[in-house]
Amino acid sequence: MTISLVLLAVIMFVVIGWLLRQTLNTQPWLPRTADDAVSGTSIDTPAKTFGLVSFLAVATSLFALFISAYAMRMHMGDWSPVGEPRLLWVNSAFLAFASIVYQWTRNAAGKGKTSRLKPGLTVAGLFTFLFLAGQLVAWRQLNASGHYMASNPASAFFYVLTAVHGLHLLGGLWVWARSMVRVYTGAEADSVRLSIELCAVYWHYLLLVWAVLFGLLLTT
Amino acid sequence: MAYVAIADRDHEIEHHDPQTFIRKYIWSQDHKVIAIQYSLTAIFVGVVALCLSVMMRLQLGFPDNFSFITPESYYQFVTMHGMIMVIYLLTALFLGGFGNYLIPLMCGSRDMVFPYMNMLSYWVYLVSVIILLTSFFVPGGSTGAGWTLYPPQAISRGTPGVEWGIILMLVSLAVFIVAFTMGGLNYVTTILQARCRGMTLMRLPLSVWGIFMATVLGLLAFPALLVSAIMMLLDKTLMTSFFMPAVVSAGVQTGYDSGSPILFQHLFWFFGHPEVYIVALPAFGIVSDLLSTHARKNIFGYRMMVWAILAIGGLSFIVWAHHMYVSGMNPYFGFFFATTTLIIAVPTALKVYNWVLTLWQGNIHLRVPMLFAIAFIFTFIHGGLTGIFLGNVVVDLPLSDTYFVVAHFHMVMGVSPILVVFGAIYHWFPKITGKMYNETLGKWHFWMTFLGTYSIYLPMHYLGFLGVPRRYFAMGNTDFMPESAHTLNTSITISAIFVALSQLIFFYNMIASMRSGKKADPNPWHATTLEWQTPDTPPKHGNWGHDLPEVHRWAYDYSVPGYPDDYIPQNVPAEIAPVGRQHGVKH
Repeated sequence: MTISLVLLAVIMFVVIGWLLRQTLNTQPWLPRTADDAVSGTSIDTPAKTFGLVSFLAVATSLFALFISAYAMRMHMGDWSPVGEPRLLWVNSAFLAFASIVYQWTRNAAGKGKTSRLKPGLTVAGLFTFLFLAGQLVAWRQLNASGHYMASNPASAFFYVLTAVHGLHLLGGLWVWARSMVRVYTGAEADSVRLSIELCAVYWHYLLLVWAVLFGLLLTT
Repeated sequence: MAYVAIADRDHEIEHHDPQTFIRKYIWSQDHKVIAIQYSLTAIFVGVVALCLSVMMRLQLGFPDNFSFITPESYYQFVTMHGMIMVIYLLTALFLGGFGNYLIPLMCGSRDMVFPYMNMLSYWVYLVSVIILLTSFFVPGGSTGAGWTLYPPQAISRGTPGVEWGIILMLVSLAVFIVAFTMGGLNYVTTILQARCRGMTLMRLPLSVWGIFMATVLGLLAFPALLVSAIMMLLDKTLMTSFFMPAVVSAGVQTGYDSGSPILFQHLFWFFGHPEVYIVALPAFGIVSDLLSTHARKNIFGYRMMVWAILAIGGLSFIVWAHHMYVSGMNPYFGFFFATTTLIIAVPTALKVYNWVLTLWQGNIHLRVPMLFAIAFIFTFIHGGLTGIFLGNVVVDLPLSDTYFVVAHFHMVMGVSPILVVFGAIYHWFPKITGKMYNETLGKWHFWMTFLGTYSIYLPMHYLGFLGVPRRYFAMGNTDFMPESAHTLNTSITISAIFVALSQLIFFYNMIASMRSGKKADPNPWHATTLEWQTPDTPPKHGNWGHDLPEVHRWAYDYSVPGYPDDYIPQNVPAEIAPVGRQHGVKH
């Protein structure tokens, strides 16, 4: 549980630290007429961005707990490492490309270059689908080599971790699909900028999570 | 950081003016309607859990007199009662119910920032409740594994509901967590991003602080329950061995190998202990506001109360293993968790002192919400003190499997939060419905509930000291149990039935008052917080009419010297009324 504790400690430190900064040296019972109309501090960011950041904290907690469970379970004696399919390297490259293209699209949206959104979103989505399809093929390869869900905890964790990661990506694809519809029906860069920006952050986050998971699977 | 009021962010608000009956009352995105939907569903399922507890008590008080209570069904009642009360009633009611209703109103916002997701949150919650209740009717019935669902027992043959009940329970929990996450993201974002002008964090009422921190805890802790639910579901359905060790069941070797039941316990309690505060913190916040309002006095030590909420939130993640002292942990590990458990008692005790000091020399109005709030202080101190007993390893070990623990956790996270729930319902009933309830019936309800619950749980401490084991279907004839213990069990059962029946007064009062109660004043308690300053009672869609309120003071300007009224609402400018604490504290 150390891994989860450390990550949660960091999250709680940020949350509580920020809140303390807002509350120290304030005496709300005193009059502060001068700045009543504008007093108070809040994070100057769109609500949707804030919502996404909060969701990433929740997802981090989820993945950290899975990793903690993985780390505790692997010491139980019956652990037999799985030879991860080489295809995973290719899949990782797909996801990295998707992330890079999303960033490129995000920059284009930021600069108001509407014409780049269609190719950007299409290619980012294509690489993401390739990643997910590749993960399914990796499952089949693992299955064909006799590593079933129940045969060993290492293989069970492989299936579970990749499935949970893939489900998060599928959720992202739902938002991606909505952006695609809007872009292909003539939306301007400004109107989809926030959606693309948030998707790009989400894709980077899931790439980072995949890098951690893949590293964990490879080294244990 | 710059402050941007939601008034300046109008383009960000999703407009959703309801046009039809369905969009207004059923498929509604209005936070107030969603709050009522959440509350009614939670109360309904809570009544189911109450009935289950009466059945358990019937068996314990009058053993083997009821043919429909078998050992299997008894364990099913225990399990479903616990899970429903903790998750589907208290968590859903405090956060989905009160959180939804109060956050936008107290923050001066028109609605939650993501109203569509808020609506989905309720409907997904309803699905989780339906899945849970379905488990009563599937072959084998609901699970009887105990509310902690410990493996290997939970999915081993011989445990009631091992066929379908446990699967439905785990799926229901997973669905509930999805619902909670959708709601929780809304609550946090709304509190931090959608406060009206002038509503600084330190002008927020403590109810909002409590709900806020509880939501943060829920968002970070519920994933632990999700992880354990997913892995146990796989152990059950696909024969993985995450938690299941190699066991022989009914003389047959199962297919499991080397799984770790202790791993499940860690994950479960990593969620389970913050869950205690997910329920407690909103209650702490709400009771602070009830005490202050009905004592006509500012809350004592507001900043300390806020910091205590933050400290409790942070510490609640490092005390989980005090639920596992009997699992055979390393003594140093136990020492660490005993220490952190005692440390978390410090901010909690600080809150209790401040509640009592808020009452000190206050102009106390013993209305029904105040009665419940004061009763909460009694029961919470009681439950908190026994918590100090159980937080110590050497005391916990002999008491862990006895009725002392049942008494402790019911006092601290059963009776105490429920008293706050009742107090809060009575307090905000006039705002929610526009009608006044019957005060006399409310007082009858209070005294019957308060004295009744004490007569249930106080004797249980004594049973625990005697060593009467919890979880047993029947005690049988054992030498260590004197006849008085059996008599006491009978008495407890009679009290439990009495308390359960007295809730009928509450339901009658609510329904009758809603239909034919007196029209309520928009601010019957002369409270300062924003929800009482709405132009309409009950508040209409959008809450504030054309203009959002502007806040000029904190939420506790009661009995300010030099002002004719004994309260000054938060939206009254400083030019009109002074800002200051009671009794002329130096500024």
